[in-house]
Amino acid sequence: MIAEIGHFALILALLVALVQGTLPVLGAWRGNDAWVALARPASAMFFVLVAIAFGCLTEAFVVSDFSVATVASNSHSAKPMLYKVTGVWGNHEGSLLLWILILSAFSFLVAQFGGNLPPGLRARVLSVLGLVGVGFLLFILLTSNPFERLDPAPLDGRGLNPLLQDPGLAFHPPFLYLGYVGLSVSFAFAVAALIEGRVDPAWARWVRPWTLVAWCFLTLGIALGSWWAYYELGWGGWWFWDPVENASFMPWLAATALVHSAIVVERRDALKSWTILLAIIAFSLSLLGTFLVRSGVLNSVHAFATDPTRGVFILGFLIVVVGGSLTLFATRAPALKAGGMFAPISREASLVLNNLLLATAAGTVLLGTLYPLFLDALTGMKVTVGPPYFNSVFIPLFTPVVVAVAIGPLLSWKRDDLLGVLGRLKMVLAATVIAALATWYWLGDGPVLAVLGMALTVWLGGGALFEYADRIKLFRAPAGESWRRARNLPRSAYGMTVAHLGLALTIMGITVSGAWQDEKLQVMRPGETVRVGAYDATFKGAERVAGPNYSALRGTFEITRDGRPVTVLYPETRTYDTSAMDTTEAAIRPTPLSDLYVVIGEPDGQGGYATRIYYKPLVSWIWIGSLFMVFGGALSISDRRHRVGAPSRRRRSVAAAGTA
Amino acid sequence: MKSLRYVLPVAVFAVVAAVLFVGLSLRPDIIPSALINKPVPEFDLPPVRGRELGLASRDLEGEVSLVNVFASWCVACRAEHPLLMELGRQGTVPVHGLNYKDKPEHASAWLDRFGDPYTRTGADIDGRVGIDFGVYGVPETFVIDADGRIACKHIGPMTRQDLDEKILPAVAALRSNAEVKC
Repeated sequence: MIAEIGHFALILALLVALVQGTLPVLGAWRGNDAWVALARPASAMFFVLVAIAFGCLTEAFVVSDFSVATVASNSHSAKPMLYKVTGVWGNHEGSLLLWILILSAFSFLVAQFGGNLPPGLRARVLSVLGLVGVGFLLFILLTSNPFERLDPAPLDGRGLNPLLQDPGLAFHPPFLYLGYVGLSVSFAFAVAALIEGRVDPAWARWVRPWTLVAWCFLTLGIALGSWWAYYELGWGGWWFWDPVENASFMPWLAATALVHSAIVVERRDALKSWTILLAIIAFSLSLLGTFLVRSGVLNSVHAFATDPTRGVFILGFLIVVVGGSLTLFATRAPALKAGGMFAPISREASLVLNNLLLATAAGTVLLGTLYPLFLDALTGMKVTVGPPYFNSVFIPLFTPVVVAVAIGPLLSWKRDDLLGVLGRLKMVLAATVIAALATWYWLGDGPVLAVLGMALTVWLGGGALFEYADRIKLFRAPAGESWRRARNLPRSAYGMTVAHLGLALTIMGITVSGAWQDEKLQVMRPGETVRVGAYDATFKGAERVAGPNYSALRGTFEITRDGRPVTVLYPETRTYDTSAMDTTEAAIRPTPLSDLYVVIGEPDGQGGYATRIYYKPLVSWIWIGSLFMVFGGALSISDRRHRVGAPSRRRRSVAAAGTA
Repeated sequence: MKSLRYVLPVAVFAVVAAVLFVGLSLRPDIIPSALINKPVPEFDLPPVRGRELGLASRDLEGEVSLVNVFASWCVACRAEHPLLMELGRQGTVPVHGLNYKDKPEHASAWLDRFGDPYTRTGADIDGRVGIDFGVYGVPETFVIDADGRIACKHIGPMTRQDLDEKILPAVAALRSNAEVKC
């Protein structure tokens, strides 16, 4: 009964989305105010109906209703309650439903808090969101109904993929989806602007906070995903250039570019058609990611069970949405009036450079991800493109981005003098050279790229701090004056400083953990000790322990430093009852300075166990840096200029969304 | 001419969409291999570090066997590994491992950790033997007949379905000299 209610609510949601997708935009075109006004109640209804459907599916998972096919193939009665709930989106059908839920929630928020948007623009934006919703609802209803019944119902479910039974993985899809779907709002604004044929600073002021919200969630989702890969895959690596990781990274690069180019539209009324194009591309890349993950054209362990009919449907949807919006762009964008002019050395130009490089980086990742497919389609040849391609192409592209990030904020709008700015940065430049030389000296036989990484860290971090100190005239004005300036600095300025510092911290974490890590692989018997970094790890033994729906081999390692006890670590290898797959639970002792990372493997049959112990200095800063970026984005969203003229309730909600 | 650059994005997308469409009809797991029904290439490899039996072409003669191409850097190999372990335990058919372009210490640590299902292993450190076998992606699994000829090839991680419906029937057919379909 509950499942049927959910199914019915989804069908009703499709009808409501159809209304939301057509009437308001037609009303805005024909001047029919009643149709325009329909957008708000329709979006509320759309959200409520999808929420009911999502609630019904959640209920089916919570009570383990195995007559529902999705529950039977993805859940199990012995599973802990937390993973029953997160299991709702740990499968193809449920994750699509979550996607639609978030889409409807965003469209509801735009309708509720878009009170100061021109009614025509709001109607068009909501219609575009409604149409995207129609596409996804058709997809779910026609090819992937989450409420399909099984008769007879099985006695128990087949269980969740054990890799998914983990807090990091359970919670990162919602954040990623908030990011992907958040980009649909920027996309809707872009398409609405093309239909209206008008882009002005007010438009950019509206788009930027929504893009920032999406960007923050996407950053958080990617960081959580990479953190999960770090501690769960058991290899100490944190990024594998897997097609599914790339699927989230490409929209992130495009969204990063969009966040920056929207500043130029807002402040200088320039780069309009480029910004529109970026908004379309960012969302297109999110959709493409969905296609790649669910159609089976690329092999990936992350991929959901694939089905060719789904692939055909998503491709059709992709052609309608991306092809349609790009065609609209081709016909309408040339009519957009160009705005302010600027010289090749100026803040605008540095943002253009940043955009070009980020877009190229996104294109490079796209090429690397699709190249095997291209070659196969054209010549029938099969190849795999691995991390070597991405590393060798990505580092040269990202290095100039980082170099420019330190310079850009110091340049003034319209026109500036590069040598003058570099002259002001001479202290930072000196620190960078010292850092590079020091790294080179200490590196020993480590990778030479570490020199570059440390130089970029100091250059970017130093540049960000210098820019902040420059703004508040630190040490150049009396302390009281600096304090007053610091307090009056807009939050978006703080947001930028914090986000850029975050990038520097992430680069530092990547560089140091890669260059100075210590890795020991060996077979250990109880009582044996291995030295990693400055620590001694003593293997005390291993035992079998039972979990709720798995059994595990748990090792005990005593960690000491110079003879003093530090901690005891318990790595596990888990075998789940319902699956032949083992998972590693690395035991990690994270500290701000270094992580100790211990993994236990198969016994060798003679009383020893294969163990791997890593010492990874500063590795946590990869994720701490990401959190800085998210925090910077949230600060920027809360900037006063995004709130001016908005009702007070919007202020609260946006701030809450930014810190969630 | 100026409007041409506005058309460029949609033109690029058209190409991508066309390729994706072709990609949909391609099955990433089926390829015509020029080596089907040909003898395995001539090779002789030392074992993965810490193991005793190496792998050479002559080891593939005498009985039906599987050759599984794996590497520690290959995430998808982890997905099919439990199935190989199961095969190894049951002893239905000997499974040999071709360790493709891997560091010796990584390969041996990988096998220590996840278990070693292989009867023999060959450390193909520079990937030359893999190239002779026509390997283009890891993992891959070859079914070799008793005369040392390649009977079937499976691309990508094996699922239980692949194993039950394709690989094992092929092994059974080869053993009973029936016609092999794969």
